[in-house]
Amino acid sequence: MKVWAGALASGLVALAVWQGVVSATGLPRFILPGPGLVGETVWESRALLAEHGLITVTEVLAGLLLGIVVGCISAVFLAASPLARTLVGPILVFSQAIPVFALAPILTLWFGYGLGSKIAMALLIIYFPITSSFFDALMRTNRDWLDLARVMGAHPARVMWHIRIPAALPGLASGLRLAAVYAPIGAIIGEWVGASKGLGYLMLLANGRAKADLMFAALIVLAAFTIFLRAGIDKLANRILE
Amino acid sequence: MFRDIRLDVAAGQWTCLLGASGVGKSTILKIFSGLNDEIVLNGTVSASDGGLTNRVTLMAQDDMLLPWLSAQNNVLLGARLRGERPDAARSRAMLAKVGLVGKAASRPRALSGGQRQRVALARTLMEDRPVVLLDEPFSALDALTRARMQELSAELLSNRTVLLVTHDPGEAARLGHAIKVMTPAGIEDFAQPNGTVPRPMDDIGVLTTQARLYSRLCRPS
Repeated sequence: MKVWAGALASGLVALAVWQGVVSATGLPRFILPGPGLVGETVWESRALLAEHGLITVTEVLAGLLLGIVVGCISAVFLAASPLARTLVGPILVFSQAIPVFALAPILTLWFGYGLGSKIAMALLIIYFPITSSFFDALMRTNRDWLDLARVMGAHPARVMWHIRIPAALPGLASGLRLAAVYAPIGAIIGEWVGASKGLGYLMLLANGRAKADLMFAALIVLAAFTIFLRAGIDKLANRILE
Repeated sequence: MFRDIRLDVAAGQWTCLLGASGVGKSTILKIFSGLNDEIVLNGTVSASDGGLTNRVTLMAQDDMLLPWLSAQNNVLLGARLRGERPDAARSRAMLAKVGLVGKAASRPRALSGGQRQRVALARTLMEDRPVVLLDEPFSALDALTRARMQELSAELLSNRTVLLVTHDPGEAARLGHAIKVMTPAGIEDFAQPNGTVPRPMDDIGVLTTQARLYSRLCRPS
């Protein structure tokens, strides 16, 4: 309860500062709209925001789901096979030297203007945090447990399933928390580069037409979604750690 | 690391290997349990009736319980890891043997140090291997709990071939059908006290042997 009260108070402070800046500087509404106007726009354009928001939410959730699945499989595969580590490990590290944003245009070319390129973008941006955090945790299994398993005559795949993966879940959880914040960034970048729907597209459109209030309205919807996503993933992460 | 070492462990009884820290007792256990990846072994390890592979079970100072599993599932871990059907009834029976009725569903963090070590003992019993290797299993326990665990283990692991590695002369004097002292010079036999294992803590023979073991360990070899 205290946390919520604190969040509410700090939100009110932010709104007051925002309104204060608008009143003090007298900036025109197409440069910096006040919180009241943005709130009004959120309400008036709710159908538009919902339509585009739904697209972005779909992209983010699909990218997140695929990224988690592909990232977990990669991490387990790399942890299980020294050959895979030797062959694929350096490629993975090198691929991280490429800024994912730089790939957005080519992804649009490959996967089109629809959902595909944005999902690919979200997937790519979360893939590495998930894979590396889970993989690192899989490689840090308590030596005593592994020795015990060996003396018990365990099969390596069963050691992975019954000991290494459960022991590595805290690492996966921290990767998931990062992914929840990164995935919306990926989707929005994808929409900026080429889209006809989505909150990123709506922001560019509003910006181009000097509708700063709509731009901010879209931004607030996106931020609210990211916060909910983050809270949801947090709940999920705490559950798998139980 | 070692010079020539010869260690005979008689079948069906407790052999206590006593030595100071760092003398290489645990290395010997690693060799017996087949975990000697990083140890160059110029020699052989064998049992009089065949090899040791899959006939050994291990219990150490750390209980090695998996914190996310209940006591019962920890006891069943070996079966799961080998892909055998877990025998729930037998695992409950083992927990009952070590005095943990009603604790089957408890996670390790809800148990005391002594109780956790009992779960580890139940897991060791569940494995049902002829050779049991004990690596200072009681040294992290308080004195009273340690004495009780020694008695319980001696009772439940009687008739098995047990190699107990310890740095506690009192423990060796109480539990060893045979006592070996390990020093940097090698391994030597040491006369064990009379009486059946587990010998009482206040037995005069046990106390004398304990004192003699202490002075043997303190003497430069």
